[in-house]
Amino acid sequence: MNAKASSGGFGPQTSGPGLRLSRREFVAGAGALVVSFALLPRLGTAQAAQESRAPALPGSLKDTPMLDAWIRVDADGTITVFTGKVEFGQGIKTALVQLAAEELVVGPARIRLVTADTSRTPNEGYTAGSNSMKDSGTAIMNAAAQVREMLVGMAATRFNLPADSLVIEDGRVRAADGRNVAYAELVAGQSLHVTAQPQSKLRDPKSRTVRGKALPRLDIPGKVTGAVAYVQDLRLPNMAHARVVRPPSYGARLRSLDRSAAEKMPGVLKVVRDGSFLAVVAEGEYQAIGAMRSLGRSAIWDETATLSPKTDLYAELQSLPHDDYQIRGDASASAKAWSVESSYRRPYQMHAAIGPSCAVALYDGGKLTVWTHSQGVYPLKGAITEMLRLPPDSVHCIHMEGSGCYGHNAADDAAADAALIAVAIPGRPVRVQWMREHEHLWEPFGSAMLTSAKATLDAQGTITDWQFDVWSGTHSSRPGQAGNLAAAWLLQSPFALPTPKPIPQPEGGGDRNAVPLYDIANTRVVHHFIPKMPLRVSALRSLGAYMNVFSIESFMDELSLAAKLDPVSFRLRHLKDTRAQDVIRLAAERFGWNGFQQREPGKRLGRGFAFARYKNLGAYAAVAMEVDVDRESGRIDVVRVVAAVDSGDVVNPDGIRNQIEGGIVQSLSWSLYESVAFDDTRITSRDWSSYPIMRFASVPQSIDVHIIDRPGTPFLGTGEAAQGPAAAALANALASAVGVRIRELPLTSKRVKAAIGV
Amino acid sequence: MITLNVNGKTHEVDADPATPLLYVLRNDLKLNGAKFGCGLGQCGACTVMVDGEAVYSCLTPILLLQGRSIKTLEGLGTAEQPGPLQQAFIDEQAAQCGYCIPGMIMRAQALLERNPSPSDEQIRAHMNAGLCRCGTHMRILRAVHRASKTMQGAIPGAKRA
Ligand code: FES
Ligand code: FES
Repeated sequence: MNAKASSGGFGPQTSGPGLRLSRREFVAGAGALVVSFALLPRLGTAQAAQESRAPALPGSLKDTPMLDAWIRVDADGTITVFTGKVEFGQGIKTALVQLAAEELVVGPARIRLVTADTSRTPNEGYTAGSNSMKDSGTAIMNAAAQVREMLVGMAATRFNLPADSLVIEDGRVRAADGRNVAYAELVAGQSLHVTAQPQSKLRDPKSRTVRGKALPRLDIPGKVTGAVAYVQDLRLPNMAHARVVRPPSYGARLRSLDRSAAEKMPGVLKVVRDGSFLAVVAEGEYQAIGAMRSLGRSAIWDETATLSPKTDLYAELQSLPHDDYQIRGDASASAKAWSVESSYRRPYQMHAAIGPSCAVALYDGGKLTVWTHSQGVYPLKGAITEMLRLPPDSVHCIHMEGSGCYGHNAADDAAADAALIAVAIPGRPVRVQWMREHEHLWEPFGSAMLTSAKATLDAQGTITDWQFDVWSGTHSSRPGQAGNLAAAWLLQSPFALPTPKPIPQPEGGGDRNAVPLYDIANTRVVHHFIPKMPLRVSALRSLGAYMNVFSIESFMDELSLAAKLDPVSFRLRHLKDTRAQDVIRLAAERFGWNGFQQREPGKRLGRGFAFARYKNLGAYAAVAMEVDVDRESGRIDVVRVVAAVDSGDVVNPDGIRNQIEGGIVQSLSWSLYESVAFDDTRITSRDWSSYPIMRFASVPQSIDVHIIDRPGTPFLGTGEAAQGPAAAALANALASAVGVRIRELPLTSKRVKAAIGV
Repeated sequence: MITLNVNGKTHEVDADPATPLLYVLRNDLKLNGAKFGCGLGQCGACTVMVDGEAVYSCLTPILLLQGRSIKTLEGLGTAEQPGPLQQAFIDEQAAQCGYCIPGMIMRAQALLERNPSPSDEQIRAHMNAGLCRCGTHMRILRAVHRASKTMQGAIPGAKRA
């Protein structure tokens, strides 16, 4: 084995603050020109960092240190908060407004939030990895606190009173003698264009009024009444509709095309072709769909059989070229007589948003504007600029919500399609939406994975040695480069998919959560990274953590069985981390773990438990689950689920609950039903009947989420914390119900039936 | 010209009679409620009501809809004055991305107009045709239960089953 240290091109850019103004200098400089907006280029920041060597700024302030890049107070009283992160249904907008409102001491309704836009907001990269609260939340909270302190300082100067004698009420600074002044009056003619300080005077957690409360989501009223809520709803004047004719399989090339029939169809404006990229623009949306179908019938493609459905997918995984990274430990692999050995399998799985990807683009006067539901508008801007070979700064990407995304789906690809088409029909906005089969066949899937776990137990039932291996393709092929966009592969002068690099530990990609959080004397973990996978793969919610936690937590149950110990106490005895212990105890207690019995004799009820700390540095989540298994059909019914979560300081408890509930249902869907099917050439999971997901008839009777709040501690992020524990709790509950362990996802009724042997 | 009655208003629509209702609602009438999800009758994102029944607008050509009464999400209320189901979805915070929600609300509306106090089993069975990928199911079910309580007597002609 060729082990090497983990390293890669991903990970946070480190840079420090630029020039810093003290309060005195700032006040002295009051009256300076209002610079209403400031995005400091990263290069400048890095240079400044070298000069000043100051302590690191919190969250994304590291990369964008100017306060007015985050918060603007206008003379008319409007407060605008800018974030480089995007909303996709996780409720981030509401949580960020809560943070800003709390620190600025204004009602949340007074705040206008602007999300990712390459000409207005900070560049915060991708909205991914459950990092938004840690990055943007931390930045906005600190920037808001510092802006508030500056405003109070200005009021103090104006009133000639000490700052600590003043109080704030909803954006108005008041003195005991009755004098008062609104923020807007204070900033008029002055500037918040100053660099953030490393330390902020945050409000006392005990006096919080907005934060920590279940403020209703700001976007829901519009969404339930038909407002323009998604990029799919964007309707620009004179907008045309386009559809793309996608190739039938990976690597297919357009050999010949008769475009005459399509061109004669009513409403058709243009057939756009560049190499094998083929699209049609029409006045009406349904006209574009008709023309797309007509073109599709006349197009002849050369296809290559590049897939191997006959070979065992998991044997293939082990045989593909891979780079090995030992990410933990140095115990010798072969020296042990293992007590228990198991291996686990996970197929390719989809994001499969309910609304197919969509984008609107307008090319006018040499400038291209793209409205997109991409998770990273800045990286997308770079990729599109490269693909179209446009001069720098001629592309502007604006985020609008799409259907829930769960990772790197086809959002960026749809944006690239819209860009290519818009350039071919200058002056007219073009809306492109993918068809259902486009989304299913062409989105990047979550990678198939294989794991192997081995451990030894001593006479007391303590794990002494642990070896874990994971084989996986990449979990990040996001744009950054043109070659990450599906359309770019098809052009006359194509771009190749860049070779991915593994995401380094401690976050990891395929090896995310591959290192157990448990305290074990000897641990060895190896990541077998497969750079080139047969199917297109990228980030799907929680990346490798879903599979690694499924594996580790299934294995922990197998070990507890071998040690003849209760699975919950077995976990607790291997954990020193008290926050981990707390969520485990809480979930077990609220579930009624100890008193659990098969309530109806003769029915196959089982209980399962699982725990993980996402990325080993994010939220703690424990899940307990009760299932009812029908031996005849192999059908698993999830009866109830109880989860306990610690996400650090809670900004919006209902937002956390919503994410955990949703994560559990989605993970149950992945784990019970989902597997991408393909033949030797084509993906064959092309719609909801060939790729079934969970429905109302199968969702649990109840899901209860209990939150442990840790005021004053860092945000840990929540969005992906439930995926792994939910899957493992399900497998463990199944094993407890029927006495057989299934180690291959999904746990379909067919597999259950075969395993029970009825 | 095809004449359509949508949310109580009459519209003359100049479109190919074979055009599915979804595209006419979204593009000609500029109503955002009904969403494109699959175009195949598999997901329910496009659900509207026609003469009180939940219908997939992605599959229903406008030709078949002359003289029938079409109701969309916009016909239930506004953000300022939400209808009872819309209010119940707000109260339960029953959305993540929310893309499936308009279809869910219309499907639930059809149920509650026919059966104002359905059992949990009846709600699950009726809603089974609608897909949600965010896993908002538990909240959607709670919202339908809540609306069934607030709507008792609020719907003309509806009687307790
Ligand atoms: S869009 Fe009509 S059922 Fe899916
Ligand atoms: S809330 Fe996102 S699909 Fe249902």
